[in-house]
Parts: sequence; C-alpha cells; structure tokens
Amino acid sequence: MTNVAVHLETQHPSLHAHVHDVPASGATHAEGQQHPIKLYLVVWGWLFVLSACSYLVDYFHFQGYLRWSLILLFMVLKAGLIVAVFMHMAWERLALSYAILLPPVLVLVFVAIMVFESDYTHLIRVLFFAPAT
Amino acid sequence: MAETLLTNPGESPARAAGLRGIADDWSSDQRAFKNVSWGKAMMWIFLLSDTFIFSCFLLSYMTARMSTTVPWPNPSEVFALEIAGHHIPLILIAIMTFVLISSSGTMAMAVNFGYRRDRVKTAVLMLVTAALGATFVGMQAFEWTKLIMEGVRPWENPWGAAQFGSSFFMITGFHGTHVTFGVIFLVAIARKVWRGDFDVERRGFFTSRKGHYEIVEIMGLYWHFVDLVWVFIFAFFYLW
Repeated sequence: MTNVAVHLETQHPSLHAHVHDVPASGATHAEGQQHPIKLYLVVWGWLFVLSACSYLVDYFHFQGYLRWSLILLFMVLKAGLIVAVFMHMAWERLALSYAILLPPVLVLVFVAIMVFESDYTHLIRVLFFAPAT
Repeated sequence: MAETLLTNPGESPARAAGLRGIADDWSSDQRAFKNVSWGKAMMWIFLLSDTFIFSCFLLSYMTARMSTTVPWPNPSEVFALEIAGHHIPLILIAIMTFVLISSSGTMAMAVNFGYRRDRVKTAVLMLVTAALGATFVGMQAFEWTKLIMEGVRPWENPWGAAQFGSSFFMITGFHGTHVTFGVIFLVAIARKVWRGDFDVERRGFFTSRKGHYEIVEIMGLYWHFVDLVWVFIFAFFYLW
C-alpha cells in the first residue's frame, strides 16, 4: 500500500502539491469537464438551425422518402450534438460511452420485430375486418 | 495522504485508449468507469433505463400507427394555430422545441460556470433553465387543453384513428412529467449553489454528505436527456 503511494508521489510531484492546495475533497472534483464557452454557443446555434430545418420540412410539405430521410437526418444530428457535447460523452472514456450508447442501438432489433408484427396485424385487419361494401 | 491519492478518481497514471482501454477498464477487477464518479455513472445508467421506457412508448405508437386501417390524423393540421389571422402549421410545437433547446444551452453554460466555481452565474443560469422548462410545461398544458376542448380523448378523436389520443397523451404526458421533475430538481440544486453549499462543503440535510459542483453536471445530464427525448418525440410524433 505504502509502496504504491510513494511510487505515485515520486511520479507526480505536481499532483502532491495540488492535493494540498485545494481544501479537502474539493481536489477530486475541482477539475471536471472544462471546455470553452464558445463551443457550447456554437453547438447551441447549430441546434437552433437544425430545429428550424426540421420545422421547415413540415412547413414546405415535403412528402414521402424525402420527408422521412430529412426528419431522420436532422433528428440524428441534433441527438448526436446533445449527447456528444452537452452531455460530454465525447470526452468520456470509451468504457462508459460503449456501455451507455450501445444498448439503445439494440432497440432497432425491437423496431424491426414490431414493423413485421404491425404489417401482419394490418393485413389481418384488412382481410377480415374491413367494412363490407 | 496515500488514501487520497489512491482513491482519487480523476488523476491516476495514463490508461490505454480505444478498444484496448475498454477491455482494460472492464476487466480491471475494480471499477469499470475509471474517471467517472459513482453519481455520474448512476445518472447515466438511469438515463439508459429511461431511454428504454421512451423507446417502448415510441415503439407502441409506431405499432399502433402502422397497424391501424383508419387514417392517422395529420399532426401538422392538428397542432396548427391561428396567430394574427394567419394559419400556421405546427407553430406551437416549434416554439416549444426552441424553448427546450434554449434551456439546454443555458444548462450547458451553468455546468461550465459550476466547474469554474462561479457561484452566482451558475445559480442564475440554472434558474433561467428552470424558467424555460416551466414555460415549456405551461405551453404543453395549453396544448393539452386545446386538444381536449376539441374532443381528443385517449379512446377517440374527431379526425381519425382512435390510437392518436392515447399515444399523444401517454408520450407527451410522460415527457412533460420528466420536465416538471427536472424543474423541481433544478430549483433545488440552484438553491444549494446560490447558498454556497459547494464552496463551504456544507453537508446535505438528508445524506449528511458533502456536495460538489459535479452535481450541476449530473443535473445537466438529466436535463439534456429530457431535451434529447423531445428531439425524438418531435421527429416521430409531430413531424412524421
């Protein structure tokens, strides 16, 4: 135990001083995520632009695949900016990023299952429950 | 001294990056999230579980909408408003989106000022965030009132598929509840920041533990998540 501590202290003399400078346990948290304000303002601006774009998709009555792909594109870009910059995921270690970001991707399997299921339900409804003409 | 150094989560010797780093962190037979405090890790894990909840809501909405033989009401028309004689589609939802994004921006700045230990700016920005959140909930209440007056119920509506009402109330209601709790959470933390709890290391009345400015970032994670969910609701429910 002591050996490790001594080893660490010799390796990081600056660390040693740092712990003494800041009062008590504040040392462990004083650093945190530190980025320039400008970065947040730029991302904020982009979120506004992307939201305006997705609103315009509706305003100009785009239809069909163009509409859906534009909606999904703007949605993914906005979500990515929020998670990466505002939630600081871009600066976390990969062990955390993968643990948090990978499981939601698997929801896509569930989406695929439910697409098949609702197609089937729709077909059955059309075949057997359509109003008689 | 030795303990301080050994348990200090932020500053230990260099660690491997990339896939090697993932394998090292997860197989280290210690904590998997090396430079993340337990509070932050638990907030992330909570948000992950919340992601699944909202995924299930959006999935059930998708299933209902894909499998119904009755036409789905056009959200662009349903959520249109008459403003100064002009008929503007989806305008209320657009304003709500901008309000929520603005609140996310002020929250991100609050986190930044928190780590700079700027007590007043952090508290003010958090209160601005809370005010924007409350505005959002207010507009949602207006939207619900308008739709209920027009005859939308969870079991029927004047325009088409009955599942429109149930999906709408379920999804936006659950999201609105999250925003409401977020506002309460924000005001509670802003009060602590304003009072200087994290500067004088005052102990919490419930846990008797010292707080840190990191709680502002953890609070921020929750708030950004609420904004994130709205991005998906906006895309799938209102625009699709």
